[in-house]
Amino acid sequence: MSISIAIRHDFGGFSLHLAFEAPPGVTALFGRSGSGKTSVINTVAGLLSPNVGRVVVNGHVLLDTNARIFLPIHKRRVGYVFQEARLFPHLSVRQNLAYGQRFAPGSEARADWDHVIEMLGIGGLLERRPVALSGGEKQRVAIGRALLSAPDTLLLDEPLAALDAARKAEILPYLHRLRDETRIPILYVSHSASEVARIANFVVLLENGRLRQQGSAAEVLSDPDAVPALGVRDAGAMIRGRILRHHDDGLSEISFSGGTLLLPRQPEAPGSDVRVWILARDVMLSLAPVSGISALNTVSATIHSIRSGEGPGVMVQLEAGDDLILARITKRSAAAMDLRVGMRCYGIMKSVAVAKEDIG
Amino acid sequence: MWFDALTPNEWQAVFLSLKVSFWAMTLSLPLGIAVAYALARWRFPGKQILNGIVHLPLILPPVVTGYLLLLTFGRRAPVGSFLEQTFGLVFAFRWTGAALAAGIMAFPLMVRAIRLAIEAVDPKLEQAAGTLGASQVWVFLTVTLPLILPGIIAGAILAFAKAMGEFGATITFVSNIPGQTQTLPTAIYALLQIPGGEAAALRLALVSVVIAMAALLLSEAISRRVARRVAGA
Repeated sequence: MSISIAIRHDFGGFSLHLAFEAPPGVTALFGRSGSGKTSVINTVAGLLSPNVGRVVVNGHVLLDTNARIFLPIHKRRVGYVFQEARLFPHLSVRQNLAYGQRFAPGSEARADWDHVIEMLGIGGLLERRPVALSGGEKQRVAIGRALLSAPDTLLLDEPLAALDAARKAEILPYLHRLRDETRIPILYVSHSASEVARIANFVVLLENGRLRQQGSAAEVLSDPDAVPALGVRDAGAMIRGRILRHHDDGLSEISFSGGTLLLPRQPEAPGSDVRVWILARDVMLSLAPVSGISALNTVSATIHSIRSGEGPGVMVQLEAGDDLILARITKRSAAAMDLRVGMRCYGIMKSVAVAKEDIG
Repeated sequence: MWFDALTPNEWQAVFLSLKVSFWAMTLSLPLGIAVAYALARWRFPGKQILNGIVHLPLILPPVVTGYLLLLTFGRRAPVGSFLEQTFGLVFAFRWTGAALAAGIMAFPLMVRAIRLAIEAVDPKLEQAAGTLGASQVWVFLTVTLPLILPGIIAGAILAFAKAMGEFGATITFVSNIPGQTQTLPTAIYALLQIPGGEAAALRLALVSVVIAMAALLLSEAISRRVARRVAGA
């Protein structure tokens, strides 16, 4: 259950040239706008026919320009969730969901119906028309419609990009369930690091139509080398933790391999696994434990690498337990503190700096 | 009785007009949809020429269109004699010829209305249907066609109204034979040529107004309903 992709295509002024294997689970195609992410999934779906390319999904060859194989779009069995939902306006939600079922082979799609409706929480919307849905609801229906066509792979093209923060927060838990309850490989296009951190298992980082880096989400996102491709203000690291307990004052205590963190209250029950996205610019460094400050979280760590960019900042990669944390500080501070690889130091984080939707 | 308002001859003209317009509209509709789709969605050599031919009846003097029909579909003309010998189909000086002339004159209006509707359909929706497993034919039947239905209805009614009023090409191609090819407009014209025909002409003119108005109201009502259904409100 994997996807293998190789593409070479010249758009005139921009060229796409890359190859990678997406393992089972959610693979994020990640990079700035214009890096070629959407062209990659359009090639998988058959909406783009590259000059040279080969696409194999679970052993089925969808495209092989050398062998002159180009499966038409409707025979590729890909579930495509577009940025703008693209629900059929003349059909009800129920008819939209059922649309792909008539083309799905056998009874496998029909058995899924109840499960998909329940997983996406769209049971109450079935008789409505798309025009009467909110942006988040439309996107959930679009995901359900794609899943119910019984696809071999699911392609999501920035499904959250057109939504505001509140709608994003509403739909993210459903994407988590999708990740955990769906067995087909999923390609997820996004330019948001925090979104990728929360959803993807595997990350393929694109830059100018080339593959910049690939690996597990935690690995790629917290790699200082990847920072230029992500954008310095969005750089950060993802740590995996578990909710220990909820405190009465609105905070949740989360343990991870490098200690515990106090973060804004989470809806999940104690014992649940969560991913926490911590922006590099929200982390301060100190050589000694500090007291008498308002920040609640101090994590003891070792400096793993230091990388200076072109601006006034440096990116310090900390190792706390098995997790990696990024801290962005000024060159001036790094020099004044005489920071070096291998040194022990403390990362300090404000609880409220971590947005609620960056945990989960 | 209400039907005494018109003489049997006048009723004949009214019904013939309705019959001619109905068949002109119905038979040209599938071709109109196909041509509109090709013009809106496909790129092919000679597209501008096809577009020109479709629009020709709109620009040419109707008499010229009628004369060209006579040259093509007359009983001794190449296409006309072929159709008569092969299918037993005669157009010249028959009501079928009136329907052909009306259909051709109304065709550009029908195609324009349908083409506009097709161009308003977001191709992204058709793409989405493709990724869900629908072949091109299914995409057209289940997505494009329902979405352009208001445009098709508008085009059909427009064609019907145009066919009801067609005069020049009809009288040139099939003449003005009462009970055979005399439609409402040609009947009015004939009445105005004879002394004392004004009263009858006025009656038929009123009938024309009533039919045109009814067609317009009906099309408005239908397309409003369909548009509401399509927009999903």
